[in-house]
Amino acid sequence: MKAWIPPILRLVLLVVLIAFLVSPDWFGPLLKPLVQDTAPAIYNQGSLLTLTLLHLRIVAIATAGAVAVAVTLAILVTRPFGAEFLPLSRSLVNIGQTFPPVAVLALAVPALGFGEKPTLVALFLYGLLPIFENTLTGLTTLPPSVMEAARGSGMTDRQRLFKVELPLAMPVILAGIRLSVVISLATATIGSTVAAKTLGEVIIAGLQSNNIAFVLQGGLIVGALAVLIYDGLSAIERVFARRAGLLS
Amino acid sequence: MSIRFDKLGVVIALLIAYGALVAPFATLRANRIVPGEAKMILDALPAGAGIALLVLIVFAAVIVLLKTPTLIRLATAAAALVALALFVGMAATHLTPPENTYARVSPASGFWILLFAFALLAADSITRLRPQPAIRVLLLLITLGGAAAILMSGLWDGLSILKEYAGRADVFWLEAGKHVTLALGSLFASVAVGLPLGILCHRVVPLRAAVLNTLNLIQTIPSIALFGILIAPLGWIAVHVPGAAAIGIRGIGAAPAFVALFLYSLLPVVANTVVGLGGVPREANEAARGIGMTDRQRLFGIELPLAMPVILTGIRIVLVQNIGLATIAALIGGGGFGVFVFQGIGQTAMDLVLLGAVPTVVLAFTAAIVLDALIEMNAPQRNRGRTA
Repeated sequence: MKAWIPPILRLVLLVVLIAFLVSPDWFGPLLKPLVQDTAPAIYNQGSLLTLTLLHLRIVAIATAGAVAVAVTLAILVTRPFGAEFLPLSRSLVNIGQTFPPVAVLALAVPALGFGEKPTLVALFLYGLLPIFENTLTGLTTLPPSVMEAARGSGMTDRQRLFKVELPLAMPVILAGIRLSVVISLATATIGSTVAAKTLGEVIIAGLQSNNIAFVLQGGLIVGALAVLIYDGLSAIERVFARRAGLLS
Repeated sequence: MSIRFDKLGVVIALLIAYGALVAPFATLRANRIVPGEAKMILDALPAGAGIALLVLIVFAAVIVLLKTPTLIRLATAAAALVALALFVGMAATHLTPPENTYARVSPASGFWILLFAFALLAADSITRLRPQPAIRVLLLLITLGGAAAILMSGLWDGLSILKEYAGRADVFWLEAGKHVTLALGSLFASVAVGLPLGILCHRVVPLRAAVLNTLNLIQTIPSIALFGILIAPLGWIAVHVPGAAAIGIRGIGAAPAFVALFLYSLLPVVANTVVGLGGVPREANEAARGIGMTDRQRLFGIELPLAMPVILTGIRIVLVQNIGLATIAALIGGGGFGVFVFQGIGQTAMDLVLLGAVPTVVLAFTAAIVLDALIEMNAPQRNRGRTA
């Protein structure tokens, strides 16, 4: 494939997505064949744009929280005074990943009630794992020669962390964040089963009224968001990787 | 003699103190959906039993707090977990008013915090002991066996989650069967298709990017949407392809759920097969060629065995993921434990949600431990005992 084709495809996807969100009715005729004559082809119980923004907001808040906590924890357990916690935190990450997102969500409801809160908590907890794991990998697999050099040049622990370790680990950390965001985007739709305002509402409305067009548009918007955000974060990652000198 | 504290022990001991002294141990409700009345350990248990449990917890907390041998810590965690399991059953019997079939007793936050704290202690001790894979599976079997024994003994029958179960025991096992069939069936299907596809992608390089990109795209579609989208084509097949309806293909129900799980499973299987085969050392292949092995012999005798740990890792991801995702099947009438989760959410009956969520978590957890052990047994000797 020629190098300019993928960016063009992404640009087209972005334009189509924005057009669909701003003026969904233009696309009515496309989806019409999927529904019975009397049923609406475009989601009509709320604005798709608003739901998309709420969806993105919930993912952004949960991810921001997950990044702050996961990176801090990973830094703590890789310092000498936190080393005792390192093996356990590794096991916990392994165990945590076996909890299905639906179960996390369902179990958060008794404690927090319905709506956005349980969804936020489920996304936050589920988002922690990939970020924590990648930050650990990034911080524990730094080249020993570089660490020696930093120590030799008289940098303090703090300087080493912020000027050497974190910048070098940044591409791996960002890869974890990217994974976490993509998982959260899809998982947030499940939040609508507990009455959170996300794009899952469109899909569930479709499932309940047997309207494939609703299911399709809800699913495709989330899919398009995931692809675009995945690509955007990959691009940022490459910038950091170049800065860290891992790519030429 | 100086007393030395265990750093993690301090955290666990704080959790234990909060769970035992501040948070309530059990909740008593007049019926299954109203808010309840929280009871502390001493109120929730018969007088002697409450004091016994508190003494035991304090004793355990001291062992946790100090630097003690790992085996003793593990034994403490096990003893405390067994005690919690037994006493919570006792609390249910003690709190339920006689002859009252509507009242519900469920474990409250204090119980869950204590459970978490001691499970954390157990996990930490097991991690420090680095047991062989077979021992880990044995520990899992003992734990599951213990839980099964308590369930059979009827000790937990007073707990709300088991009251929900008692009302729908037949349905529970039916849905459990559906859940396992969905998760395992789609796993087998994806291995049957994904393994050959992965081998093909390994050998035909131009195909690799196209296949992996397509499978990656499928992963971005949220599960509930993919389940829903598949209703249309499968419904069409059921109507228009002779014999399709007879073998159970229908627009709603298990068929779209099965296909969706299968599609999600393909990426980890194919990608890990490609990575695993790509990681086979060149020398191994050269040597195999040198002694005159055919391509076929090389594939089955050298490449697949060497790639097996990576392929198994893919299968582990798929199995754990499928067990979780199969809960979503309930939304399109596909059955499984999700039925209880979503019914429970609909009725705001949280015990019913737990009846669906707890078995799902246990299944996923069991699958992860067993497959991790398998992967480690298959890994080259030098890697053994590395992961926890």
